[in-house]
Amino acid sequence: MSGHSTYQPKTGIERWLDARLPIVRLGYDSFVDYPTPRNLNYWWTFGGILSLCLASQLITGIILVMHYTPSADHAFASVEHIMRDVNYGWLIRYMHANGASMFFIAVYVHMLRGLYYGSYKAPREVLWILGCVIYLLMMATAFMGYVLPWGQMSFHGAVVITNLFGALPIVGPSITTWLWGGFAVDNATLNRFFSLHYLLPFMIAGVVILHIWALHVVGQNNPTGVEPKSKADTLPFTPYATVKDGFAMSVFLILFATFVFYLPNALGHADNYVEANPLVTPAHIVPEWYFLPFYAILRAVPDKLMGVLAMFGAIACLFALPWLDTSKVRSMRYRPTAKLYFIIFVVACCILGLCGAKLPDDPVLGHFKTFTLGDADLNSFVWLSRFASLYYFAFFLVILPVLGLVEKTLPVPDSIASPALSHPAAAPEQATAAPEMKG
Amino acid sequence: MNPSADTLALASTEFDLTKVADGQQVTLKWRGKPLFVRNRTPAEIQKAVADDGAAMKDPQKDADRVKPGKAQWLVLIGSCTHLGCVPTFGGGDYGGWFCPCHGSHYDTSGRIRKGPAPLNLAVPEYEFLSDTKVKIG
Repeated sequence: MSGHSTYQPKTGIERWLDARLPIVRLGYDSFVDYPTPRNLNYWWTFGGILSLCLASQLITGIILVMHYTPSADHAFASVEHIMRDVNYGWLIRYMHANGASMFFIAVYVHMLRGLYYGSYKAPREVLWILGCVIYLLMMATAFMGYVLPWGQMSFHGAVVITNLFGALPIVGPSITTWLWGGFAVDNATLNRFFSLHYLLPFMIAGVVILHIWALHVVGQNNPTGVEPKSKADTLPFTPYATVKDGFAMSVFLILFATFVFYLPNALGHADNYVEANPLVTPAHIVPEWYFLPFYAILRAVPDKLMGVLAMFGAIACLFALPWLDTSKVRSMRYRPTAKLYFIIFVVACCILGLCGAKLPDDPVLGHFKTFTLGDADLNSFVWLSRFASLYYFAFFLVILPVLGLVEKTLPVPDSIASPALSHPAAAPEQATAAPEMKG
Repeated sequence: MNPSADTLALASTEFDLTKVADGQQVTLKWRGKPLFVRNRTPAEIQKAVADDGAAMKDPQKDADRVKPGKAQWLVLIGSCTHLGCVPTFGGGDYGGWFCPCHGSHYDTSGRIRKGPAPLNLAVPEYEFLSDTKVKIG
């Protein structure tokens, strides 16, 4: 979609700069004249919202570092100093802590949008994988950031996650020691996590640039999954997308502000306001909400190494997705069966999130026991998480590959501007006989 | 990024056992991790020895986990072999330790009996300097 540039330098200075560094041209082509499909809905505004989240995290983070002390002896006190003494320190810290949650809300919506509308399919595989890389970096950044306040949850969260790597054969113990910089999570660990927590957001920013670059090469997908074919299918980025993104950001900021000002600790854990004590583990240790589905997958598997592999495998599935989905139809708008499985997938992810927050042996319904299957009662969160994990993997490894080959899809419109019903293959029987090669 | 010299220098520690009464446990910090020094009651030892033949993930005799003739003293690294949380004594199905993070049950010898942990609670290298003093590490 990177056609020839229509930028016309108007003033002498612009002409002078354009001949030397066409940066204004780049901005104009990318954010003003850039053609966007005319049928983008509000699910497409989360890219802009995510850029806002990243900018907000960078700015608040840089200010926090001015007041934070990365040392096991002083970190906890310095966070309290930020909360009590630093001008608007409470606001900056709550924006940063809740901003991480908002970032993940937006990224999950963004990813599910891509999953539903088939935004990972050719030619957008690299775009999708870059997005997965950003997600991976976000998880590493969020985890390390959570360690910095050096509260009880910070400390024992770090212990659990660094020990995950210890499950790997041969290299495991060395990786763990390397992460710790000692015999256990301690001052050395805090210092290296602080360093990396400062570095990784800039790496994210770098991959975001690649992500947007890849996006502008292949162009945006859209709710029909049909590539724009003519001028009638697109609208210029400004004012259409900028105004729509701006409105969506404003609505998103209302949600953000509600958490920052009215529920600043709703997404955190009270135990993290207790300073780290290596000799006592909090009775109920859970990660932040955005890691809960993966945590549930980890706990669903009774074997340590297999549990760790399942958890990383859950993320690996995302990377392989462009090659797992065999359907030629991009958008699930025209894939009624896939749509159903997609809805179950979203429910399964939510169930995994719930299971991750509960104790494994607690009953799901009521307080009764059914019968013991394997190592736990069937009416327990550990069994619920096993069923949900099974569906999670089946969705990627069985349903999407097989469904694409056998599913009866609905007729796909010829172009974005023309309605689906004018398609010659309007009757569903014919549609399956001559499937949608036009996408 | 491997441990620095001053971190490695924290490698060993000495402990006076007279501080631990019968049936009590003292938790020290050793190499940044908790260390349990437990003065076991005869009932606990009996229970551990009686279970020597039971089915276990990481089979080990109780006698191999203590120093000869010092069966009352059980010295363990108090870090769950699953993901490193600190197990609490008195919980679980086997009268020993219970890990609150992912529900591993250890018996009175610190052996894994139920739950996701793969190995028994580790016994560190230690020696008796006298009847009442141990050197750990």
